[in-house]
Amino acid sequence: MKDLIRASLAIIVISGVLMYIVSLLEDTSSAGGGGTINVYNWGEYIDPELVSQFEEETGITVIYETFDSNEAMMTKIEQGGTTYDVAMPSEYAIEKMKESDLLHPIDLNKITNLENIDPYFLDLPFDPGNEYSIPYFWGTVGIAFNPSLLDGQTFESWDDLWDPTLEQEVILVDSAREVIGMGLNSLGYSLNSTDMDELREATDKLKTLGPNVKAIIGDEIVEMMRREEAAVALTWSGQAADMMWINENIDYSVPEEGSNLWFDNMIIPKTADNVDGAHEFINFMLDAEVAAQNADYVGYSTPNQAALELMDPEVTGDERFYPTEEMRERLEVYENLGLEMLGVYNELFLEFKMDMEK
Amino acid sequence: MPDSKHMEQQAMKNNRTNPFYLIPYYLWIVLFVIAPIALVLYFSFFDIAGNLTLDNYKNFFSSVYLRLTLSSFWYAFLITLISLLVAYPTAYWLTKTKHKQLWLLLIIIPSWINLLLKAYAFIGIFGLYGPANNLLASIGSERLQILFTDFSFIFVSVYIFIPFMVLPIFNSLDRINPALIDASRDLGASSWTTFTRVIFPLAINGVKAGIQVVFIPALSLFVITRLIAGNKVITLGTAIEQQFLVTQNWGMGSTIAVFLILFMIIIMMVTGEKGGTLNGKIK
Repeated sequence: MKDLIRASLAIIVISGVLMYIVSLLEDTSSAGGGGTINVYNWGEYIDPELVSQFEEETGITVIYETFDSNEAMMTKIEQGGTTYDVAMPSEYAIEKMKESDLLHPIDLNKITNLENIDPYFLDLPFDPGNEYSIPYFWGTVGIAFNPSLLDGQTFESWDDLWDPTLEQEVILVDSAREVIGMGLNSLGYSLNSTDMDELREATDKLKTLGPNVKAIIGDEIVEMMRREEAAVALTWSGQAADMMWINENIDYSVPEEGSNLWFDNMIIPKTADNVDGAHEFINFMLDAEVAAQNADYVGYSTPNQAALELMDPEVTGDERFYPTEEMRERLEVYENLGLEMLGVYNELFLEFKMDMEK
Repeated sequence: MPDSKHMEQQAMKNNRTNPFYLIPYYLWIVLFVIAPIALVLYFSFFDIAGNLTLDNYKNFFSSVYLRLTLSSFWYAFLITLISLLVAYPTAYWLTKTKHKQLWLLLIIIPSWINLLLKAYAFIGIFGLYGPANNLLASIGSERLQILFTDFSFIFVSVYIFIPFMVLPIFNSLDRINPALIDASRDLGASSWTTFTRVIFPLAINGVKAGIQVVFIPALSLFVITRLIAGNKVITLGTAIEQQFLVTQNWGMGSTIAVFLILFMIIIMMVTGEKGGTLNGKIK
């Protein structure tokens, strides 16, 4: 018993000392005094150097937190607790947040760098006039594959995933809209379909993909592909870029039938404490040089025209990640289908997982 | 050993006479056991739009959720059975060793490590180029797909649950008065008879506690189903997680949770009550 008390005391004392040291370190780093902002972003979705640069330039301290799904992010913002000043949701989540009155309007006069953004990415249906959101990154959903592990299969069509030679080779991302959407696209339907017959047909077709499915997982896909544990993966363009960064064998393709085109955007939640600081941060991220450095680091496609000119033409000319406007015509943006339809998609996804042919 | 029993009784008497000490306990039970269960029950009667309804329960009896329940039970059963088969001899052997506490500690230490860390470690170990496959390759076998199979799922689950199975069995085996075993031997019973007629019945409560501690969580595993089984095995836990985090259909999520609670109560009753009477007989 004595030993236990002694050990507990030692742990408490050591923790206290460590906390004190941390608080000292934090004090010295936030010398500026322009207040703080809480930034809430996807994991590995910003160059940390830029955060420090922003802090130095403005004197505003950035508290940075990450989330891994739009839904988790919305739940946390809705419930309060931490008051976030800037967040980066995807387009359908913005529509939903607008409906639930969770967004603070953005004063475009303060966002002087908005002129850097390609007009193609402004004034989109999910937020007409960019009243509430400013583009951050964009990308597609497609197939990452490693030709060195394959016998020359290519992926111009979604149906290529059903190729019997790909037994146990395909990894799918664990997300209902991406997988069901792929099923719908492969049949030539819209990935925003709400027609129960089409959805049923797509789910039944997906079940026959079973023998080729190796796993349905999340961010672990990147590691699996890098280490050549799997040859083919249904994934987002940015994740594919991450894989290719480490493993040069990997290639990425967006099938012809069409796929998803998505946009992540910066927003200011209604609950924000430091609205001015949030505007400064958004404007800073739109600066041409900052956006270029960020895009280089993150690997996703930037909507920032001025930044593109500063970047390596080999990257910006790569049609796999910067598809031409003509190619983009084939792609569809997710619509907010409403909670009920999202429920149906998830139920079908669960059914697909249960009934995959083995 | 009789001393500790005596002390327990003494403590119970004290508790009875001093209701003041029970206040934190009751507060805890109300706040963290009864209130959450009541909330889960309450939410289970609402649909996604917030209307009072029994649809969630109707939905549960649709084929998808029923089959999901069956497959959860099947996997939980396998995990529990294999854990028991490994843990019982281990616990028995532990009671015979010289440094019991040290060996016990070695078995328990892995359970202090975070579940996610262990799961990620197994992704590496079972990988196509991981140690398990390297071993296979070195003995001339082909590299096998170990990760994302039923085998890897059950193996890792059993690995994670074994300490929880060993501990109660060890405790009840260790508590058996050696004089009873000596008596059994003196009266001419073979080792096997001694085991089946004396040791096993006396330690049955440990086995039951172990089954409860393993079977119930095994029904609702969801981290391992994704990381180790690649979502090719799905359990009630997966469904609950999805309903709450993705679909945001708290009603349906709660309904599945209500059924899970019901299953747990049934299991507790099946493994609990009989233990009581058996124990009583022996006493």
